[in-house]
Amino acid sequence: MEYFLQQVINGVTLGGIYGLIAIGYTMVYGIIGMINFAHGEVYMLGAFTALIAFLAATLLGGADSALGLAIALVATMGFTALWGWAIERVAYRRLRKAPRLAPLISAIGMSVVLQNFVQVTQGARVKPLPPVVHGGFTLMQAGTFKVDLSWLQIGILLLTLALMAGFTWVITKTPLGRAQRATQQDAKMAALLGIDVDRVISTTFVIGAALAGVAGLMVTLYYGVIDFYIGFLAGIKAFTAAVLGGIGSLPGAMLGGLLIGLIEALWSGYFSIEYKDIAAFSVLILVLLFRPSGLLGRPDVEKV
Amino acid sequence: MLRLEGVESGYGRTTALFGIDLHVAPGEIVALIGANGAGKTTSLMTVCGNPRAKAGRIRFGGDDITNLPTHAIARLGLAHCPEGRHVFPRMSVLENLQMGAAFADPAHFHGDLERMLERFPRLRERLHQRGGTLSGGEQQMLAIARALMSRPRLLLLDEPSLGLAPMIVRDIFALIERVSAEDKVSILLVEQNAYHALKLAHRAHVMVQGRIVASGTGAELLADRDIRAHYLEGGAGV
Repeated sequence: MEYFLQQVINGVTLGGIYGLIAIGYTMVYGIIGMINFAHGEVYMLGAFTALIAFLAATLLGGADSALGLAIALVATMGFTALWGWAIERVAYRRLRKAPRLAPLISAIGMSVVLQNFVQVTQGARVKPLPPVVHGGFTLMQAGTFKVDLSWLQIGILLLTLALMAGFTWVITKTPLGRAQRATQQDAKMAALLGIDVDRVISTTFVIGAALAGVAGLMVTLYYGVIDFYIGFLAGIKAFTAAVLGGIGSLPGAMLGGLLIGLIEALWSGYFSIEYKDIAAFSVLILVLLFRPSGLLGRPDVEKV
Repeated sequence: MLRLEGVESGYGRTTALFGIDLHVAPGEIVALIGANGAGKTTSLMTVCGNPRAKAGRIRFGGDDITNLPTHAIARLGLAHCPEGRHVFPRMSVLENLQMGAAFADPAHFHGDLERMLERFPRLRERLHQRGGTLSGGEQQMLAIARALMSRPRLLLLDEPSLGLAPMIVRDIFALIERVSAEDKVSILLVEQNAYHALKLAHRAHVMVQGRIVASGTGAELLADRDIRAHYLEGGAGV
């Protein structure tokens, strides 16, 4: 029981991170119907930005202060948002009316470019970051086994919850969110009502990228090691989460992220840690086979 | 208010309009009638910049809008209620109306909303229902109300009677007449239902294969023998 609880805590933390990345996949898919395969790379860029910000803060002697964390967070979100905007502008906008395969290939190309860019500029070696946030407390103890909840995990969970709640509010209640949903449902009509569709799409990329950037920052803090290749696996897993929840559905992305995180943590806890990726991706295959619209997605056919 | 001069347009390499000249004066209702594929819808869409005119000029108010992007044209006070209604299916009736008012003065919103709900009591009943769950007639009302929420100077109405039961068609046309008088909005109306359209319109143009072939007041065209034969009494356009 204690062991299970510990795995759930780990899984939920991981799931929140996947959920934040999955939001970007699901929103972009919802609005322009393409899978942005460069999205995992944005997360990787977020991790590197965070690493650099923390190292700079360490030099200045304030990495573990609340201010240091806040500055790193803002810097990471700002920088990845800029990348998200640039990626859409450079690789996708001109392909808006092209066949669906073209932006997909462009996305894969973008992904390779970004990976190699970081590999060349930052080096291929694994980058460590000494723990920034220390401590935590023990929830319960059974014999020698302790259930720990670290401050870092609490911080990640709270920040994830706050971002998801804030983002859900933006989408459901604000004019920007309405414009996004309108563009998603009928872009041509949205334009006829005065909505600048290109700008709405840019905003979507910027928001999705900022959220992925936060996920990158969290991973840097949580695992303490990053390299230029982490975007690939995390990106594919977050994509799996988005498909599991129902691609295009915002609550679906959050739920899917949570489930993938839990599956991975529980599988590593009870079976074999080497096979945890197989567990996560088996879920992708099963969902695609038996419920292609995902848990919260709607079937493709819509009554007009 | 709106003036098209020698407008040519089409999709890809296909030309659909071969030099259209027409204008709509303030307060006027102008109808475009004609058979399927005559270029009526293309005319309205070209006014909104999608597809863009390949030749000719389009002026709205004092502005040359020929090369403006669609959203910029809409913000000038030109509302388009397109063929097929295009209600946002997974947004509530209220949200659809909010989208209509996205670029209107927020100070007017509550007053305008109240006015629309007074005019369309059915929409008040369904205010929090999703657009996609409304009946065809209700969706048409919502589409018109949404267009009016922007307080447009000109309303483009594309086939408002399409696919609706005859009783509802009569309601819709009565409504268009009321809207034009009460909201002081000019209307450019496209219809296959030529009889209703000609009765309502001050002036009308008949389109055939991308050209305007006859123009006149609604009453003149309604009395014209050729027009009657082609578009009213079991002709191709009915």
